[in-house]
Amino acid sequence: MPITIEPGEPLGPTIDFSVALIAVAPFLAAAIAPLLKRFVGPLAGWVLAIVPASIFVTLIGFFTPVADNQVIRASLDWIPTYGISFSFFIDGLSLVFGLLISGIGTFIVIYAGGYLAGHPHQGRFFAYILMFMGSMLGLVLADNVFTLFVFWELTSITSFLLIGFDHSRQAARRAAIQALVITGGGGLALLAGLIALTVMTGQNSLTGMLMSAGTAQEHSLYLVALLLVVGGAFAKSAQVPLHFWLPNAMEAPTPVSAYLHSATMVKAGVYLLARMSPVLGGTPEWFWILTLFGGATLLMGGALAVRQTDLKQMLAYTTLGSLGLLVMLIGVGTEYAILGAILYLCAHSFFKGALFMIAGVIDHGTGTRDITALGGLGKAMPITFVAALLSAFSMAGFPIALGFFAKEEMYIALTGGVWPDLLFLVVLIVGNGLMMAVGLLIAIKPFTGALTATPHKPHEGSLSLLAGPVVLGIAGIAAGVLIGLVNTYVLSPTASTITNTAVDAHVAFAFDLADPAVWASLATWALGALVFWKADAVRSGLRRTGNAIGFTFDAGFDAAMFGLIRFADAVTRLLHHGKLEMYVLVMFVVLVATLYLPMALTGTFPAMPGFPVLTFYEWGAIAIALIGLGAVVFSRVRLVAIAALGIQGFAVALIFLLFGAPDLAFTQFMVETLSVVIMALVMTRLHVDGRDHRELEVAVRDGAIAIAAAIGFAIVLLGVLETELDLSLSELFEATSTPIAHGRNIVNVILVDYRAIDTVGEIAVVMAAGVAILSVIQLRARKTPKKRAGTPKPARTSRRAAS
Amino acid sequence: MNTVIFRTVAPGLAALMIMYSIFVLLRGHNEPGGGFIGGLIGASGLAIYGIACGVTEARRALHVHPISLAGFGVFLAALSGLASLLVGMPAFTGLWWIFEVDGTEVPLSTPLIFDIGVYAVVVGSVSAIAFALEDDDEEMD
Repeated sequence: MPITIEPGEPLGPTIDFSVALIAVAPFLAAAIAPLLKRFVGPLAGWVLAIVPASIFVTLIGFFTPVADNQVIRASLDWIPTYGISFSFFIDGLSLVFGLLISGIGTFIVIYAGGYLAGHPHQGRFFAYILMFMGSMLGLVLADNVFTLFVFWELTSITSFLLIGFDHSRQAARRAAIQALVITGGGGLALLAGLIALTVMTGQNSLTGMLMSAGTAQEHSLYLVALLLVVGGAFAKSAQVPLHFWLPNAMEAPTPVSAYLHSATMVKAGVYLLARMSPVLGGTPEWFWILTLFGGATLLMGGALAVRQTDLKQMLAYTTLGSLGLLVMLIGVGTEYAILGAILYLCAHSFFKGALFMIAGVIDHGTGTRDITALGGLGKAMPITFVAALLSAFSMAGFPIALGFFAKEEMYIALTGGVWPDLLFLVVLIVGNGLMMAVGLLIAIKPFTGALTATPHKPHEGSLSLLAGPVVLGIAGIAAGVLIGLVNTYVLSPTASTITNTAVDAHVAFAFDLADPAVWASLATWALGALVFWKADAVRSGLRRTGNAIGFTFDAGFDAAMFGLIRFADAVTRLLHHGKLEMYVLVMFVVLVATLYLPMALTGTFPAMPGFPVLTFYEWGAIAIALIGLGAVVFSRVRLVAIAALGIQGFAVALIFLLFGAPDLAFTQFMVETLSVVIMALVMTRLHVDGRDHRELEVAVRDGAIAIAAAIGFAIVLLGVLETELDLSLSELFEATSTPIAHGRNIVNVILVDYRAIDTVGEIAVVMAAGVAILSVIQLRARKTPKKRAGTPKPARTSRRAAS
Repeated sequence: MNTVIFRTVAPGLAALMIMYSIFVLLRGHNEPGGGFIGGLIGASGLAIYGIACGVTEARRALHVHPISLAGFGVFLAALSGLASLLVGMPAFTGLWWIFEVDGTEVPLSTPLIFDIGVYAVVVGSVSAIAFALEDDDEEMD
């Protein structure tokens, strides 16, 4: 593929092809992963982690240029005719996402090496997860919207493979299909939305759309594009009412849950919304759709998380809540809200990825993930305990973890005192409080209290299992301590990208009781502590409520899928009923319609031709054809009718011959001969009744359709003859067939030379038809013997008697 | 219809028809004929042989499965079209080699190979269908 360097834009973007390589490298690694696994065995996780680690380090190198508000781009030609290129760019937003994906990915690959040690398909797992990583990196780095769409769908497909990794379990297969249907369907909505945006803004790259920000909001198609793009993002980021696939996706192995379904893939929708903020945002529609759906998801996720007892399910529902929170903040869209969203995005990826991995370590070490069955593991698993506490600390938003700053910023954004803000503030406090309680439950409950009996004797995880949780737990605190650096290198460039204005972030630690945001934080902690303290009571209360409602979206999905299958079944029954007579009837009725409709609609019927002057032998040929036809119609025995049809065909061939088309006549003779032979064989072979027993009204109906079709053909042919014959092609063939194609038989030269590609297609169809007919005949041959032994058909006896 | 006369004449007739079909195939570029019509004649010959002497015998005489013959035909036709790519011409450009054998011009060409492919497809597909239908008679007799 030729590499083209785009000319410098007014903004002065830097060209760097390592950007494109970043998205490609994981795919290359995925290709060799299974082989590598075979050679290095248990070390495969550590070796493969070099790939995401190198990507992480490469991306770190872009910190300084991005902090200077530079945009780094790379582009490959893809479909130049439509101006579609395979292009990538790095700005603040894509850099943050790229770092999260590669950084957490590094630890996930290491973790998977330990978690799936000894699994027979570990190599395949590495391949899948690296493919996913490449898709995700491609998604966040893509510039061209169609490039983005391709990677977007690739994440859905790789996610399908990963959720269904344990494909021998029915639940895993169902969850995989459900996720694919929801996120893949959302992807189609997104594609439509992106095409609409391309039409509206005249740009097919994100950088282009960002430069013409403001045009889409004015366009008459704005609402359509908004709903499509937001629909795609909501499906991916599991917003109510499309949220149910995410908890079900916990059927996947834990590294997948930690990576795809908390830290990265589900954030793709958030990424898209953040990316589209300048292009689609800033309108009341944007504000209300995002805040209402986000808020509903936040509350539902928080409440359902407390209801669960499975560690992974608890985490999955808090992830829903977090995604809702992020969508809501992007919907609010003020500078503080966006700063809060970016901080929360990073903090959440750290603590949720770590907590998922910790859930896996507990599962691995004890054999259960049920929080009610776990207790007193602190002694046996001290490092896990500490890592869990670090993550929960950030999740609860205690100072001075990264989660604290995230919470402070979002509360500051909403303490302005106007009414929708106050409503959202309450929603945020409740949601954060519930999620904090779940975080504390997971980090404290399994490790303290009396030791309970578990399926395995509890043991501490290996280095590969603990590296991720420990490092991410520390990172969540360290980023809070180094908030000054975060301001410069992460917050300012990212917030500038999302708001499309220069933002200079100055997030700093402050705990001033005069600030209402601090009181919101205190309220959150109080609520979280209360729910944590009364967890069992809250859980049973929520369960009773849930049972009282009875309806779940998950069941709704099943009903919808079942309805779809029923619908498909009904359509199939209607159109594909297996009655050959009806198929033929429908075909001929449609034929009659296509013959007459154009003429009837345009009102152009050909004039009646004059009576022809023919020689006696031409009359003879026509007479033979008529005699043949008469025999077809009036013979009672089908074999006779078939032979008579052959007579009619021969007469037509004779007419071709008389009017100077020997090739056509020649072929017609052969085709007629073979048709009669094959039809006769079919008759005997399929044991068709030798006589025609059609009832009179059926015979009249079929006859009427046949006559109508015949007259239709005659009229169309007469019409064709009335038009002026365009001889330009004939002249070309006549003039060139001998000198350049070395053949005097123009018909043959056309077939094998001028239009050889057509002929290749036709002979391929002939072969395919042969294969199909053969398999149908042989299928019957295998089925029939039993029947035949029972009742001999009349056709068979009569044929025997005849021979 | 399996009379003694038919059974005696059929092998000779079939051989004659197949020879004639090849003649029609080869002369097709200049006179009426060609791969398609030649293939139909060849398939009729095989079908007649199958009716007269039994499908097992006809299949044995053909050596390969008729559908393989059809598949080979498509392959050959496609390949003959790609040959011109090797000499830097667009696909399906006819290439001609004209030899002198004993004073007679013998033109060989990629369109000829193409036509042989068409012939093979038609012979293979039609005779496959005919054999399969005739097979049933075998079982019953």
